[in-house]
Amino acid sequence: MAEQVVFYIFSALVLLSAFMVVVLKNQVRAIFLFFVTLFSMAGLFVFTLADFVAITQVVVYVGGVLVLMIFTFLLSNRDILNNPDATRVSAAGIHHLPGMVVAGLFFAVLIAVVLQSNPEQIEWIKNADKSTLKPTDNTIHYLGINLMTRYLVPFEVVSLLLMLALIGAAHLARKERKI
Amino acid sequence: MIPLSHFMIISAALFCIGLYAVLSKRSAIMILIGIEFMLNAAILNFVAFSRYDKFAAGGQTFALFAIVLAAAAVAVALAIILNVYGYYKTIDPTQIDQLRD
Repeated sequence: MAEQVVFYIFSALVLLSAFMVVVLKNQVRAIFLFFVTLFSMAGLFVFTLADFVAITQVVVYVGGVLVLMIFTFLLSNRDILNNPDATRVSAAGIHHLPGMVVAGLFFAVLIAVVLQSNPEQIEWIKNADKSTLKPTDNTIHYLGINLMTRYLVPFEVVSLLLMLALIGAAHLARKERKI
Repeated sequence: MIPLSHFMIISAALFCIGLYAVLSKRSAIMILIGIEFMLNAAILNFVAFSRYDKFAAGGQTFALFAIVLAAAAVAVALAIILNVYGYYKTIDPTQIDQLRD
């Protein structure tokens, strides 16, 4: 029972803070609410018994991505420190209508699909008694073995891509040297 | 035990919030945040289905890959945003409409 209550509190936190990020006029507050969304997403990951993914979410997103975003926001709005009201953009307006319509219709389609799909009845999930995760299982053990055997090639490709992205980002962000 | 469809509904809602942000925001950083929402919604589905696949752990492994790739994408995108700001003095994508000098 307590599990359900905490789960729904976390999911309400995710959806409310994500909605506020989109609706808020003040962009600094929006970026800090983004932090709340990512943290409660990590909470939801724990409920799917993926504790290592949850920790990675906290480390990578909250520790890396969010700091980068705040840096970029402050560097690309140098006058925000003088008058914070300058970054306010109107939340309501006719130019938001197409986005709302597309997002709302897409949500209706997704909900219809989810309600009809009945995921508990899929064959491989119904027959997964032996391979269902239990809360006492050590997921890091399985993840480590799989990363070094079955998913070794994707792992190496991702590491190469990460290095390329870091070199590219450093190259893009450097100052041009005058000769 | 929380039913799978609840995870799917939450991730659908988060995906649509991200879609709305991408479609209608006037700041490149907010568009990037919308993309992050969509990626996180997809990761939630991966991880929720991975509960029934303990030995292969495909969902969790690819959730980790997706998080790493999202971080790499954010690093490059923010560097590009800084360059665009240095050139145009704005990061509103509707005002950046010239490719030439």
